[in-house]
Amino acid sequence: MAPKAYSADLDIRVTDSSLRDGSHAKRHQFTAEHVRSVVAGLDGAGVPVIEVTHGDGLGGSSFNYGFSHTPEQELIKEAVKTATQAKIAFLMLPGLGVQDDIREAAGNGASICRIATHCTEADISIQHFGLARELGLETVGFLMMSHSQPPEVLAKQARIMADAGCQCVYVVDSAGALIMEQTGDRIAALVTELGDDAQVGFHGHENLGLGVANSVIAVRSGAQQIDGSTRRFGAGAGNTPVEAFVAVAEKLGIRTGIDTLKIIDAAEDVVRPVMDGECLLDRLSLTMGYAGVYSSFLKHADAQARRYGVSGAQILIEAGRRKLVGGQEDQLIDIAVALAEKN
Amino acid sequence: MTQTVTAAIVGSGNIGTDLLYKLRRSATIDPRWMIGVDPASEGLQRAAALGLEASAEGVDWLLAQEQKPDLVFEATSAYVHRANAPRYAELGIQAIDLTPAAIGPAVVPAVNLDEHRDAPNVSLITCGGQATIPMVAAVSRVVDVPYAEIVASVASPSAGPGTRANIDEFTRATSRGIEVIGGARKGKAIIILNPAEPPMFMQDTIFCAIPENADRDAIAASVRKMADDVAAYVPGYRLRTEPQFDNPTPMRGGMARVAVFIEVEGAGDFLPPYSGNLDIMTAAATAVGEGFATRILAGREPAPVR
Repeated sequence: MAPKAYSADLDIRVTDSSLRDGSHAKRHQFTAEHVRSVVAGLDGAGVPVIEVTHGDGLGGSSFNYGFSHTPEQELIKEAVKTATQAKIAFLMLPGLGVQDDIREAAGNGASICRIATHCTEADISIQHFGLARELGLETVGFLMMSHSQPPEVLAKQARIMADAGCQCVYVVDSAGALIMEQTGDRIAALVTELGDDAQVGFHGHENLGLGVANSVIAVRSGAQQIDGSTRRFGAGAGNTPVEAFVAVAEKLGIRTGIDTLKIIDAAEDVVRPVMDGECLLDRLSLTMGYAGVYSSFLKHADAQARRYGVSGAQILIEAGRRKLVGGQEDQLIDIAVALAEKN
Repeated sequence: MTQTVTAAIVGSGNIGTDLLYKLRRSATIDPRWMIGVDPASEGLQRAAALGLEASAEGVDWLLAQEQKPDLVFEATSAYVHRANAPRYAELGIQAIDLTPAAIGPAVVPAVNLDEHRDAPNVSLITCGGQATIPMVAAVSRVVDVPYAEIVASVASPSAGPGTRANIDEFTRATSRGIEVIGGARKGKAIIILNPAEPPMFMQDTIFCAIPENADRDAIAASVRKMADDVAAYVPGYRLRTEPQFDNPTPMRGGMARVAVFIEVEGAGDFLPPYSGNLDIMTAAATAVGEGFATRILAGREPAPVR
């Protein structure tokens, strides 16, 4: 089966998540000025969708995940004001964000609502997809930690989201743990299940260094939407680098609508200056890919390791052993305390 | 003189059936009726086998009986309880509401049961609220708590269809309880469903913002005392570790905080022990019912002879 083009002009649509997943790397300290400059750079390079939210989605500003420097709804307003062609997307996780948050983001001009659940819990998103469609928002569903379930389980969960009003279901490799064919098999299972009812997308992380490779395989398996973060500005070792993916896509004849040279410049001149440091494939982030741990745990594990004088890698391995899911950052404190008591 | 009050359980699903076993152990409550809508329900069959009057004909049947219960425990849905509540009130039956309907005042036995012993209808909020509000109250009785936030992690198989279909209701009701009963000026609630196998016990983390110069020993002592008070009616309720104190940082919103870590292991009456989230609801309902029973029985004592 030949993959379907996203539209007449694009083979796939790319969403840049620097201003959402990058929030983790920035410890949620984005300012309006950061958002203005990154949105202007990405928008100018032709990035069609830019996601702006606290790293953990609407309502994420908290003790558990870290308080935002500037309220995310203010950042969404700035992004909407700045973009000339890009659509502004936001993320929300049921159980953390609520329907009123979606209403507010829509009122602030965001046009794409991305709703994320752990990949076995899609049925908690039904009321939120319903509301998003009522509000006239475009919808995307995120099946987080997709490495942890086989393709047929993911396909059933994708069906729940599609039936609830989701227009594109993503295989989300939150732990950066998927390897090549594992990505392709999952995308293919969703494409088969959803048919014309919804598109399929892929969201990759670099914890095993496979973001671009996994994304190419995802496209070949039928994905029509791909996520990345320019300069890898994201969680864990970072997200699929948009500029590298765009360059590879151009060489493969996959049309993204993004200007390769302009996005390469934006990565270096616009996004890098906003980052506190490069997102690296270092000991902790490689451990996350290896142990299958949620990428946003990185900065929290690092902080608790320092606070309690224990090994960050050991915290992450224990998080993997306990099968923690996205959102359970609080448990990292508990793990660190237990490790400190054992030492 | 009557030594017990009579009770009906309305709703013969998992919660109602687990509650049945707890009420049967109560010294002051006599569970006499179990009401459902499905004759094939396991809960009704178990209740009948234990000698209760079990009916699948709903609340209409119950309220048509000549003898009415003193207490009703409602374990149906918010929708059903909203319809039933006025009928109980009219007949003077005190209702303990385990659904999210939130008609009567919210009660957490370890914190505010005494304030509502005469209420015609009380709400048990949410499982996350029963587990975490006591700890917010434990901190707020020592220091001012401008903000409290709880994270409730529950095993995926113990989250029923009602919770899943309206997860916003959980966060809203729990946040309100953190403020009204917990004593925090602002509350926030987060719920996480974890599908790990074997299923995890319910785990809750309670973060409270506290003054930088707070008496940390006094807070820790208050937390330990509260854990004992809750464990008196929820035996599987325990602190996972000592309260953890942290200084302000930008990530912490510039606030000093205490973090309390709780685990709730269920008693395994009908639901498996990992369902601590459901166990704490039925255990709290029993404690509230016993509080009501004490009051009712005191009212029945014959007037002292002069």
